[in-house]
Amino acid sequence: MEDIWVFIEQDDGELEGSSLEVLSKARELGEKYGYMVSGVLFGSDVKKLVEEAGRYGADRIIYVDDENLRIYNAEVYAKAMVELARRYNPNTILFSATRNGRDLAGRVAIPFNSGLLAHVISLDFDEEGRLTGRVPGFGGSIAAIVKCIDSRPQLATVTPGVFEAKTFDRECKYVEEKLEVDLTPDKYLVISREKSPVKDISKSEKVVVAGQGTGGELDIVYELAKLLNADVGVTRPLADRGLAPRDIQIGSTGVNLKSKLVIVLGASGAPHFVSGIKDCDLVISINKDADAPIKEHSDYFVVADIFKVVPKLLELLRGGGDA
Amino acid sequence: MLRNIIVLLKIVPKPEEVVFNPETKTVDRSKARNEINEADKNALELALKLKEKYGGKVITLSMGPPIWDKYIRLGVAMGADDAILVSDRALAGSDTLPTSLTLATAIKKIGDYDIILCGEESSDGGTGQVPPGIGGWLDIPHVTYVSDIVEISQDGWATVKRTIKGGHELVKIKLPFIAAVELGSNKPRFPDFRRKRWAEREFQLKIWSLQDLGLEPDKVGFKGSKTIVSELEEVKPAERRKEVLSGDLDELARKLYEILKENI
Repeated sequence: MEDIWVFIEQDDGELEGSSLEVLSKARELGEKYGYMVSGVLFGSDVKKLVEEAGRYGADRIIYVDDENLRIYNAEVYAKAMVELARRYNPNTILFSATRNGRDLAGRVAIPFNSGLLAHVISLDFDEEGRLTGRVPGFGGSIAAIVKCIDSRPQLATVTPGVFEAKTFDRECKYVEEKLEVDLTPDKYLVISREKSPVKDISKSEKVVVAGQGTGGELDIVYELAKLLNADVGVTRPLADRGLAPRDIQIGSTGVNLKSKLVIVLGASGAPHFVSGIKDCDLVISINKDADAPIKEHSDYFVVADIFKVVPKLLELLRGGGDA
Repeated sequence: MLRNIIVLLKIVPKPEEVVFNPETKTVDRSKARNEINEADKNALELALKLKEKYGGKVITLSMGPPIWDKYIRLGVAMGADDAILVSDRALAGSDTLPTSLTLATAIKKIGDYDIILCGEESSDGGTGQVPPGIGGWLDIPHVTYVSDIVEISQDGWATVKRTIKGGHELVKIKLPFIAAVELGSNKPRFPDFRRKRWAEREFQLKIWSLQDLGLEPDKVGFKGSKTIVSELEEVKPAERRKEVLSGDLDELARKLYEILKENI
């Protein structure tokens, strides 16, 4: 039976939510075409993770439990995936287009001479069974329908947040695999890490976005977000300056928002940024420059100095607006 | 002293100047101004810094049409010691698989390399698949989303800073390796005027054909690709009200407050 694989990413015991979105999408494709759906998970002490992942639509979870797989390692993960895929010969392997997912997919494609679709926003098989997806390019303004040809396995990375993770009430088998290849890293060693928990703002209902026009002074941005019970995002230049983590950078090289409300403070509206807010319901932007391109992408475009108008708005929000 | 530091440069149209023709369903890049892909400039800047610290020769490598010549010279003006353009009609239509094969083959031909740097992804294609692919063809380690190379030690290992979800990690990686450098991770230098003039007027760009690389035409281009583009479509921007509010600050704040109250 043809088999669709989904790489289930985990980091030190924490599942990557977007892998589960891809798994649920694979379930849908599996139903449609009669393919088996397998989650593939690498990690250390993974029993709980495997069972959790199994709820999202897999027929089976194939997993490798090894201390060397506790966190992502480009060298070791590629070795493991290549050996497993040689053993099972899946029709398709899907990865969430996270940093690690892209890293792994790009390497695994080479030994199989496989076609690899990049960060697709839709996914299907055509009448000849070729993996087909919509690939956004040019800052998100143009999409190409791309197909894998003469490839086995067929590969794709899937943009996070496009599909919904769903749990299914169905039986899932758990298959532990032992690999022949030595998983001790040889040329790539992760020696230290510094990370703090980040909120996934791709699903936030309300987001306040800070652009260059804030000059990196984010106090009023955080204050506004707090009063609105919203999350904060930034445009790329602010992340470049290290003022905020990449995880809350909005746009084609970062997060795509699907919020009900987004307030854009001092962002001019570069194409790579606006593609990240196009799926939001209501866009309010504030900018000093009456001709800023962000105007075209806003429902309400307020021409004002953010440092003058936002403090007044904060007062109203604090005082309940009765002043 | 480091051996060769090879930097991959791609020339891309400015994304906001690319026009999509919905009738022919083609992308018209002809009116768009070209530039060195931004993240590749970050890679070049990092390479030049490594050279200043550890020595070595910085060589840029590109794959594209001959018209890229004048943009590639900007890399030389910034400080690259040499530049090579792989250009051949048979390469047209290459997806990431033959692209990474061609670049890997050219890297082997340059030879004597310690570090290969490139941008994390290009602004037009943006797949990010080429760097790990080159690592695969060359059978050397790759590391992606690198914001800095912290140290290169005598024993042939480098310590690099890699961005991960919620922070970063330090990776020790054995030379030779390929690293994909994060967009915006440093500030690319401006070329000095005299070097720029020299690069534009006197520098001799090396152009290599497929034959120079010893690659068969059916391994590259459309024939060597494992993906095909069946159609292009415009992603329409969302419909927006575009209502402009301006004037008295107190009134603006009040109006904003009311809009917010209605919508939350």
